[in-house]
Amino acid sequence: MKMFALRKRRKTSDVARERIQILLAHERGVIGSSDLIATLRNEILVAVAKYVPVEIDQVDVKMDRGATLSTLQIDIEFPVISR
Amino acid sequence: MGQVLVVTSGKGGVGKTTSTAALGAALAQGGQSVVLVDFDVGLRNLDLVMGAERRVVFDLINVIQDRAKLSQALIRDKRLDNLCLLPASQTRDKDALTEDGVARVIEELQSNFDWVICDSPAGIGRGAVLAMQHADIAAIVTNPEISSVRDSDRIIGLLDAKTEKAKIGEHVAKHLLITRYDETRANSGDMLQIDDVLDILSIPLLGIVPESQEVLRASNLGSPVTICSPKSVPALAYSDAARRLNGEVLEMIIPAEKNRLLGKLFGRRAA
Repeated sequence: MKMFALRKRRKTSDVARERIQILLAHERGVIGSSDLIATLRNEILVAVAKYVPVEIDQVDVKMDRGATLSTLQIDIEFPVISR
Repeated sequence: MGQVLVVTSGKGGVGKTTSTAALGAALAQGGQSVVLVDFDVGLRNLDLVMGAERRVVFDLINVIQDRAKLSQALIRDKRLDNLCLLPASQTRDKDALTEDGVARVIEELQSNFDWVICDSPAGIGRGAVLAMQHADIAAIVTNPEISSVRDSDRIIGLLDAKTEKAKIGEHVAKHLLITRYDETRANSGDMLQIDDVLDILSIPLLGIVPESQEVLRASNLGSPVTICSPKSVPALAYSDAARRLNGEVLEMIIPAEKNRLLGKLFGRRAA
């Protein structure tokens, strides 16, 4: 409990500055192909579908953009393939 | 030839129309001839802010479609006879604006006025692109708030890509006009700092207009704030910004409300 009380409150303006800096660093690079996620999702789905039966709504694509590192997380659910 | 200034922002509600009226009036008060052109076809408001809403007969679209002469559509300000308004059409939509038509009107205005100030609609659509098309200078109106900063960044990209100047390999001179600045909140750490916004957008600063009741009062009265309360904090900020547009180098002072008459000095170079 005390730990929370001791934690210094961050200024909201600092949070805002960081968020907008990170956002713009990405947007300046990808404007024009702003549906990057949709494109990735479709192309990955096509590649995966060659080998396993998948439905479009079983693919979950998440992107987390950071200042120095971004991660792309793709979860694909597909049924157990029985031969 | 007069200079063409576009007042733009991307985001709506940040103060484009207020700033167009105030900068235009301030330039006119300084003795230059000024015409304000409302590009917000279908949602015009500059006529209201200028107090000319009952005097609109013809508009920009009528002139573009050759239904009226430019001289018939221009509304001369009742307070300053070197200040005119060319209203937008309220009944048409922005598709009625044509590239050639806009080019012709702007050119004719440039040969008759020292300043042609284009009040851009919000957004990044056709209307906004046409409003910036012939600009020599852009005032990008930004609130110290992240969504406004993001949209301003988009607009800066458009100014560098879609204007006539950009097409011939030149640059529109881009300036940042920060509006609705609240020094108390900035000092308490709850508002983006001016330096942060400047750092992020990296364009020179034209002025800082503090949040003020006078702006709403001016709009209620249909009078630019530099005319209806020339000694007020926002009026001083706009007057300085207008002088900077004419190349004057002035110290960036954020005028303070009532109790601190001298205002606060900021050691920052102006645009």
